[in-house]
Amino acid sequence: MGPWTPDIAPDDLRKGLRAMLLTRLFEDRMFRAHRQGKTSFFLKSVGEEAIAAAQSMVLGPRDMCFPTYRVLAWLMAREYPLINLVNQIFSNERDPLKGRQLPILYSARDYGFYSLSGNLGTRFVQAVGWAMASAYKGDDSLALGYIGEGSTAEGDFHEALTFASVYHAPVLLCITNNQWAISSYAGIAGAEETTFAAKAIGYGLPGLRVDGNDFLAVWAATQWAVARARAGLGATLIEFFTYRAAGHSTSDDPTRYRPADEAKLWPLGDPIERLKQHLIRIGEWDERRHIQFEAEIAEAIRMAIKEGEAVGTLGKSKPPVSEMFEGVFEKLDWRVLEQRRELGA
Amino acid sequence: MALSMIQALNSALDVMLARDPDVLIFGEDVGYFGGVFRVTDGLQKKHGLNRCFDTPISEGGIIATAIGMGAYGLRPVAEIQFADYILPAFDQLVSEAARLRYRSNGEFWAPITVRAPYGGGIFGGQTHSQSPEALFAHVTGLVTVIPSNPYDAKGLLISAIESNDPVIFLEPKRIYNGPFDGHHDRQVKTWADHPLAEVPEGHFTVPLGKAAVLRPGRDVTVLAYGTMVHVAEAAISECGIDGELIDLRSIVPLDIETITASVKKTGRCVIVHEASRFAGFGAELSALVQERCFFHLKSRIQRVTGWDTPYPHAFEWDYFPGPARVIAALEEAMEN
Repeated sequence: MGPWTPDIAPDDLRKGLRAMLLTRLFEDRMFRAHRQGKTSFFLKSVGEEAIAAAQSMVLGPRDMCFPTYRVLAWLMAREYPLINLVNQIFSNERDPLKGRQLPILYSARDYGFYSLSGNLGTRFVQAVGWAMASAYKGDDSLALGYIGEGSTAEGDFHEALTFASVYHAPVLLCITNNQWAISSYAGIAGAEETTFAAKAIGYGLPGLRVDGNDFLAVWAATQWAVARARAGLGATLIEFFTYRAAGHSTSDDPTRYRPADEAKLWPLGDPIERLKQHLIRIGEWDERRHIQFEAEIAEAIRMAIKEGEAVGTLGKSKPPVSEMFEGVFEKLDWRVLEQRRELGA
Repeated sequence: MALSMIQALNSALDVMLARDPDVLIFGEDVGYFGGVFRVTDGLQKKHGLNRCFDTPISEGGIIATAIGMGAYGLRPVAEIQFADYILPAFDQLVSEAARLRYRSNGEFWAPITVRAPYGGGIFGGQTHSQSPEALFAHVTGLVTVIPSNPYDAKGLLISAIESNDPVIFLEPKRIYNGPFDGHHDRQVKTWADHPLAEVPEGHFTVPLGKAAVLRPGRDVTVLAYGTMVHVAEAAISECGIDGELIDLRSIVPLDIETITASVKKTGRCVIVHEASRFAGFGAELSALVQERCFFHLKSRIQRVTGWDTPYPHAFEWDYFPGPARVIAALEEAMEN
């Protein structure tokens, strides 16, 4: 925390802490729901919550985030209804995406959260296109794209940086370097040869390397890049150095490919604990309030899950099968109509 | 006024740039230079650098940025210089553009038009001659349009740009400057005296998903699109068989009603396309006709297509399904 750390209102710090805690407790609860067979798939962002929480708060309501699947804190910071998450994770009748998408691949336009997909890197370039469109329209809204350090090896990464640079697009291109791409350590993606931030240099873009576990540092770097983009000075590449404390997803066992105590030994610490300690140090927080805070959040999660379970969990409830055929095109074509009839839906 | 296909496409883009400030045109060499086939000639000068611009050589980047712009609310028209080079963008088209509306329950969609010259007959070898339409037809969520004349080229392109679905717009490059009936040894024709080269000025549309019956006939239904419409037309007139020629104009959406009505009437069907045969779009057409017209069929369905080889440079006219092969198929359809 250097002198460049901006003055962030204590209320904002507490809001950020809440978003991070909410993310962690919610994901923990839903991970267990997966073990209980209530959903088909889940993954957690433990240790990385500061990045999306701070960025979601720094960016404005009309800016658009092109997410990866490990930035739930973005939605939590914007108070996306928990029940929507639960219903999608349970793929039940009230799933906001109508059972057409995997549990954690959310879409929430009104919350500045672009449609997720399981393809890695593809939306990183679309963020640049969105930003180009915004600039073309004289709109001052920005785009923010996320990519994992592993996916920087995809061509999409090069394409995004090339287009962002050539067209001076008002976009923040953010690498969440959490050290692990499923079982491959960051060195497999080139981390032992150079930093990911350094890749910006070859494109004529500024590249920042930021402690992604420091809410204040994420906030400050983001604010700098946002100011730059809004002033028409173009894109910034930011590498957030962080650590994926959990496995990749419900489908892998991280002890098979890394030491079991690696997360504990991670030198940059836990972002939630760090922000909490900062708040305590500046006299804006204490253990008693924190415990109460956690209890309130846990209760909100419990209520949302209860509500979702009342609608139904995986396989116990789902949207009408006719929904399977909607939205392929703007208007249904004859193939889909015939097939819907064939299925009797 | 008679226009070539290039002029008609240029006119469609010009009309849409003037009409809708959300239309942007971009691709490799499309801006200052006006495109390697001149389709975007003069558009940057007339409409400005922000409306029609050059991109890096990055098909994936071109389509991905188009999707982002489309999701924002623009109507981008991206050019891929040759359809052969569209494959680096295939992931963006298949995994993103085609499914964006579906997977987001309508929160986002990609109203993009992707123009690409395709097809053979220009001695372009393996990398400037392919017909990849079946790859796109197989992808749920993509519209695939293929005009065969200047009038349709303009009207269909305007419809494509105005569509809220992602459209692959394949332009048969051999007939950019004149109709080509497959007689490669004869004098090259221009569009000058062709009735479908009469193209209205200004805005008009040809609807996506409506085939055109270009020549009514009683004996056999001939299904074609792009350059092969002209080859099939020549074959019909040369062999004296009363073929009913249907120009599909778009393969997705497919005008199944016009196809089935025709085959039920003629009882025979010949399918013609440049692309290789195995799992080509003709296979889908053949299956549909068989499923829907089985009891009306008097002979087996014929497919006249490119061979199942890469597009071979020196053997272009051995590969290209010319009028002689179409005539042979028509005759066989009539025999049994």
